[in-house]
Amino acid sequence: MPDFGAPLLQVRGLHGHYGESHVLHGMEFEVRTGEIVALLGRNGAGKTTTLRAVMGLLKRRGGSVLIEGTETIRLPPERIARQGIAYCPEERGIFAALTVRENLELPPVLRAGGLSIKEVETLFPRLVERATSPGTRLSGGEQQMLAMARILRTGARLLLLDEPTEGLAPIIVQHIESVLRMLKERGYTVLLVEQSLEFVTAIADRHYVVEHGRVIDEMDSAQALAAPGRLAAYLGV
Amino acid sequence: MSPLDVPLPALLGQLTLGLINGAFYALLSLGLAVIFGMLRVVNFAHGAQFTLGAYGSWMLLAHAGVPYWGALLLSPLIVALLGMAAERTLLRRLYGMDELYQILLTFGIALAIEGTLMVAYGSSGLPYDNPIPGGFNLGFMFLPYYRAWVIVVSAVVCLGTWYAIERTRLGMVLRAATQDAELVRSFGINVPRLITLTYGFGVALAALGGVLAAPMDQLKPLMGGGVIITVFAVVVIGGMGSILGSVFTGFALGLVEALAKVYAPSTAGVVIFLIMAIVILFKPSGLFGKA
Repeated sequence: MPDFGAPLLQVRGLHGHYGESHVLHGMEFEVRTGEIVALLGRNGAGKTTTLRAVMGLLKRRGGSVLIEGTETIRLPPERIARQGIAYCPEERGIFAALTVRENLELPPVLRAGGLSIKEVETLFPRLVERATSPGTRLSGGEQQMLAMARILRTGARLLLLDEPTEGLAPIIVQHIESVLRMLKERGYTVLLVEQSLEFVTAIADRHYVVEHGRVIDEMDSAQALAAPGRLAAYLGV
Repeated sequence: MSPLDVPLPALLGQLTLGLINGAFYALLSLGLAVIFGMLRVVNFAHGAQFTLGAYGSWMLLAHAGVPYWGALLLSPLIVALLGMAAERTLLRRLYGMDELYQILLTFGIALAIEGTLMVAYGSSGLPYDNPIPGGFNLGFMFLPYYRAWVIVVSAVVCLGTWYAIERTRLGMVLRAATQDAELVRSFGINVPRLITLTYGFGVALAALGGVLAAPMDQLKPLMGGGVIITVFAVVVIGGMGSILGSVFTGFALGLVEALAKVYAPSTAGVVIFLIMAIVILFKPSGLFGKA
């Protein structure tokens, strides 16, 4: 197993609410620099809520979320983003009123080191062909590429990806996988929520299993590959 | 009555007056559309903010000696700052709640503004001198320079606002934030500040309308209330939140109202509301609105 750097993200005792519903019950995990870490669990376990809570998009949250040692639990989302973190939601969040190019250019560059538009277009050539199309005219795969491409421009080094392969054709999933590998080689850190065991065991360095809003198990990729039934049992597949 | 029964000078004269009214409708409905588009708040204080703009220009002149041309900038700016303070301290608490609360609050702000002006200056009206006396002889009518100025200012401001929202990066961010403010915040953009500034800009448009209206009539505390009812109808016809819709519909309905005054004077007061009813019936999202 490669030796990763210091913790980039440390989540301690994270609680989160949607209205009156208490969804997160003390999440504890960490993501080290350069790692790809997966949050796994059944539907409704609290995975998406965890990403939203880390990003500050949950109105009621408590506990501790440290990004590069800086406490962000009381910061608004726009200031959390400035810590070098970016979020790609499950529904992709493509803006209907904007073209593909405008969607791509929407997030400001917050830090140095982000990909240039040219690099992004090299990575996702399909987006060049669709540059003037309204964002919502894209296929699901193209929308996912656009959603990922968009956050790579910002200079964020920690990417929160919610179900990046959901509903996509196998060939697009392979493309997403190759992009994630490239990002890892370039030093990006990724926290992703996924349902596809095949995808995460191929790409993630470590896995956290989430149930009822808390982490109930943790394993690295070697453990997951050695005992494939262990993760599958948690997910009921 | 056939169109030929109306003398051409009378028709053209009414159409010119319609254009002037349309200029106010466009400016005011644009402000409402900008606010509704971003905040999803129907700003019932808009008419009172229009009035405040007019009184602001009077106060600047009476108490600080600031002439019309200075007031044209200063009064909207001051009213916008007051609006932004109200957004930050009051309106912001109501986002995401039932629209009724926002209506009650903005209506309450309107009553407070009008009541204060009534107590301070009475209801008999204050005069404000025309800064550009004289006019054009168009052959069919005498068009005061000032009224021509109002049409030009309104058209330029409306066009400029449309350009800013549809063709600039700031407009791109605003359009995106209208769809998903949270996601835009996660990109590192301070959407709450943007909302405050947008509200301020919408209020400034109302106040600018007030400054433009000041030399055309006596200033009265309820002067905005009369025009704002028509403007709400204009916004509904154009499509709530539609920038282009509010501008086009504002000018067009000014002209329609003028035509009604020529051909069916008894309907002139209701023609806009009749059109609104028909539009709601067949296209509830408005002529330019998206369902």
